[in-house]
Amino acid sequence: MSEHTVDWTRATAARMADALAAGEVTSVELVQAHLDRIAAVDGPVHAFLHIDAEGALETARAVDADRAAGKELPRLAGVPIGIKDVLVTKGLPTTAGSRILEGWIPPYDATVTRRVREARMPILGKTNMDEFAMGSSTEHSGYGPTCNPWDLERIPGGSGGGSAAALAAFEAPLTIGSDTGGSIRQPASVTATVGVKPTYGGVSRFGAIALASSLDQLGPCGRTVLDTALLHEVMGGHDEMDATSLNEPVPACVDAALEGAQMDLTGVKIGVVRELSGADGGYQAGVTQRFDESLERLKGMGAEIVEVSCPSFEYALAAYYVILPSEASSNLAKFDSVRFGLRVEKTTVEKTMLATRAEGFGDEVKRRIILGTYALSAGYYDAYYGSAQKVRTLVQRDFDAAFAQCDVLVSPTTPTTPFKIGERIDDPLAMYLNDIATIPANLAGIPGMSLPSGVAPEDGLPTGFQILAPAHEDARLYRIGAALEASLTAEWGGPLSAQAPELEVAE
Amino acid sequence: MTTMTYEQAMEEFDPVFGIEVHVELNTKTKMFCGCANEFGAEPNTQVCPVCLGLPGAMPVTNDKAVESAIRLGLALGCSIRESSRFARKNYFYPDLAKDYQISQYDEPTCYEGSLDVVLDDGTVVTIGIERAHMEEDAGKNTHVGGTGGIQGADYSLVDYNRGGVPLVEIVTKPITGMGARTAEVARAYVATIRDIVRALDISDGRMEQGSVRADVNLSLRPKAVAGESQDDVPFGKRSETKNVNSLRAIERAVHFEAARQASLLLGGQPVVQETRHWHEDTSSTTPGRSKEEAEDYRYFPEPDLLPVEPSREWVEELRSTIPEHPAKMRARLREEWGFSDLEMRDVVAADALILIAATVQAGTTAQAARKWWMGELSRVANDREVALTALPVTPDAIAELQGLIDEGKINDKLARQALEGVLAGEGSPAEVVASRGLEVVSDDSALEKAVDDALAAQPDVLAKIQDGKVQAAGAIVGAVMKATRGQADAGRVREIILQRAGVEG
Amino acid sequence: MSSLERSDVARLAALARIDMTDADLDRLSGQLAVIVDAVAKVAEVAGEDVPATSHPIPMANIHREDEVRPSLSQDDALAAAPEAEDGRFRVPQILGEEA
Repeated sequence: MSEHTVDWTRATAARMADALAAGEVTSVELVQAHLDRIAAVDGPVHAFLHIDAEGALETARAVDADRAAGKELPRLAGVPIGIKDVLVTKGLPTTAGSRILEGWIPPYDATVTRRVREARMPILGKTNMDEFAMGSSTEHSGYGPTCNPWDLERIPGGSGGGSAAALAAFEAPLTIGSDTGGSIRQPASVTATVGVKPTYGGVSRFGAIALASSLDQLGPCGRTVLDTALLHEVMGGHDEMDATSLNEPVPACVDAALEGAQMDLTGVKIGVVRELSGADGGYQAGVTQRFDESLERLKGMGAEIVEVSCPSFEYALAAYYVILPSEASSNLAKFDSVRFGLRVEKTTVEKTMLATRAEGFGDEVKRRIILGTYALSAGYYDAYYGSAQKVRTLVQRDFDAAFAQCDVLVSPTTPTTPFKIGERIDDPLAMYLNDIATIPANLAGIPGMSLPSGVAPEDGLPTGFQILAPAHEDARLYRIGAALEASLTAEWGGPLSAQAPELEVAE
Repeated sequence: MTTMTYEQAMEEFDPVFGIEVHVELNTKTKMFCGCANEFGAEPNTQVCPVCLGLPGAMPVTNDKAVESAIRLGLALGCSIRESSRFARKNYFYPDLAKDYQISQYDEPTCYEGSLDVVLDDGTVVTIGIERAHMEEDAGKNTHVGGTGGIQGADYSLVDYNRGGVPLVEIVTKPITGMGARTAEVARAYVATIRDIVRALDISDGRMEQGSVRADVNLSLRPKAVAGESQDDVPFGKRSETKNVNSLRAIERAVHFEAARQASLLLGGQPVVQETRHWHEDTSSTTPGRSKEEAEDYRYFPEPDLLPVEPSREWVEELRSTIPEHPAKMRARLREEWGFSDLEMRDVVAADALILIAATVQAGTTAQAARKWWMGELSRVANDREVALTALPVTPDAIAELQGLIDEGKINDKLARQALEGVLAGEGSPAEVVASRGLEVVSDDSALEKAVDDALAAQPDVLAKIQDGKVQAAGAIVGAVMKATRGQADAGRVREIILQRAGVEG
Repeated sequence: MSSLERSDVARLAALARIDMTDADLDRLSGQLAVIVDAVAKVAEVAGEDVPATSHPIPMANIHREDEVRPSLSQDDALAAAPEAEDGRFRVPQILGEEA
């Protein structure tokens, strides 16, 4: 039995797993602690769209029973998790943050959902997100914004603001995100949590409601690098249901994280991308300061720092905002009122589709569908979509050249600390700039991580440190990330997330 | 307005046409998911998240469909692209689950081919093939209310069982210079495609079930004046008549459209470039829905699928499996088998060619094979109202049956009984003969006893035979056959009778 | 490249099956024109000689065996349908009165 003094919601997933294995705590206790925490703080935070208390407890009970019976269990069995509402969950409402899917209960599980179930992890619920993952603030959710636990007036990033805020508010130790242009890394950055976008194809997309198919990638979110690595290994691996899935072993993320925690980076070459740093790129002073300090720490652990240039990154944002809307305009066509989801009935099927989509989609979704429809339309394809695909080639070449000079690339994850809710909602271009440093990885398909690098002195809000590795080299992120994390937490006396202001607890 | 006949239209104008044929492949599963590809199931029972277009689902290409498409391309003389890919064709329609169709656009797998088409009089016409590409079929709309058609319906019902069934679309280049033979060529072209897909065994080729569907494009242009080449005369505006689903209808659609367009042109009215619907009942076409704007399908490479890059070795391996051109094979077989034109035409019309060829292959003479398939088996198929190919009997079994006759183990009458047993699922011909005890009685002592019994019973007949009226032996043969339930060899019985009567045959 | 006009947005919205009121068009047209102008720079950099990248990780010939997998039951297939009848999805008439 656990003691009343232990607040399990503050523990890492790795610690929970160990405690479960040692019989210090039961899965039911862990799940209940998190359900209680959700009940206490999720009103104002609004990280969850749907809570499945009974389902989570049922899984927990079964895990506890099996453990009591001495059965062999997966490492994270019994550790609760939150799943971004972009993932299809059989029998659990799935909306991708859109009103057009309100109340939809999928008849099947996403591959990653299935793997989470096979790992025997109780699913606490579905986390909030910008509608169809379009956004960097979660303000575009059809069900209301999620608030940043560091400051409830500020955005938790997006599109996976729910998954990041749930971690920062200690509502879940692990969550799943999806990253099309930074939707895992940017929320991690502004909530002082860890998020990884794996190599494209490293995690099956089957059952992830598609935003932009050639950019989307599911990934793990946690409060520590090791926790994130543990979840990465649960999620990853080949899936024959996704033709773009990589047919290769899951990277050894956990081993890499353990190695990195030894804080020896002798022989590692780290490249700083000139185009993704410095005040001229619109980077906030405190963000740059924390980034520079982190670089010094890496150097102190034996790494060699080199500067590299990626000149095509200047065009990456434009290419991204052509490719994403184009693919999204096609992916979102299926929301047509015929087989599932909202229907606004009119006299003809065409009028019904027009009215349904007008009512079901929010403004940001409409903007991007129109933009994509335009970019693919006759006479414009070559100038927009065709050109953007070429920019993609140039970005890949820049990365190839950069990785010829170093093992990983680093930058601040996002140029600023979290801004206030409503501040950029009517200025799409300003909103898009949040993703300037994260987008190139999606265009090239390479893996990236964001981890906390401290709070900016000027506002006391979290800053994030991004690490990028060549395709298939996801393990490098964990090694470098764990080293930096070990160095920083040694100074902080614990994870940065512990420094977040206490949330007011509802009665 | 002047009303022209087809013949008049062809005198006045030079027709240009093209045909798009959609072939449904007979793979076990759909193009991009593992749902069964079978005709006629209960609605929405062969559907899954992929072919229902549910959020999150992703396509994975059926390798057998790729193989079938490449084999078809090779049979059409096409080049096979080293790297081809799928594209999304975006348009909203309730039977299109994802509201985009996965097809191929700028990089089709098979391109630039040609196909010889043999007309009834033996004339060979070469049709240029632009491309043959893979795509998925749409679901099926049923219209409720009104007359059952889409127009005037109160509402519609959608079944997605057909959605995602693999198709190959074959597109011809513009076909010119056929004049009055245009309709005949169009029909013969589609018939040839149908024969080829059957010979390849990549589709059942059943037009009545929509397994092979044709869209017919037709335009008319003025005939060249003296000193001008017809090739220099620009094409006229074309109509595209959709879903013309029988060979006869193809001929009629060409007739109707040519006459309609000629009437318009001679009346000084323009032909509108448009899609038209074919009406089987009236043998006419009507305009499709007028579009406020040109369709803009916004094609782009399908990001969920990867390029198809068949190795040269694989393509060559597939090339070695391509059967002979059906028309050429027919000519060769007619020659080899010594069939008359009429016999051959009947065989082809009855869909018995492949069956006879296989029966001959199994060791039977062509005439014997023809006798079975065009005789007894055609009668049974007709009674059962099924296609000859659907009968539960194989060419090998027919060859075995004929072999039993040739060996003298059974006679024709017994063979028909044996066939009955085979069709009833009782086993192979030899097994049925054994289990039903149908074998000819060849044991002379048994026959001698039966003959002696019969002669004793009819002494007057014996006397007649001995008097030299040998034909009277027929009555005794009949009696013996009856006594042996038809299992005696009548020739041998006759010999024994004459022996017993002391008369030389 | 010319910027996106209000009439273009109306046409595109129809193509994308999204009904737009005048107010919608007023609001979205301006924002879209700014975005379109900003993304048009993609055409500036890549020349003829640069190949297009469709898939971030190059692979080919990822196919599946032609083997039947279980389908959904008819009930599951239709469970989320806004309207169903006789085992099928029901939709309003496809052609309007004017057709």
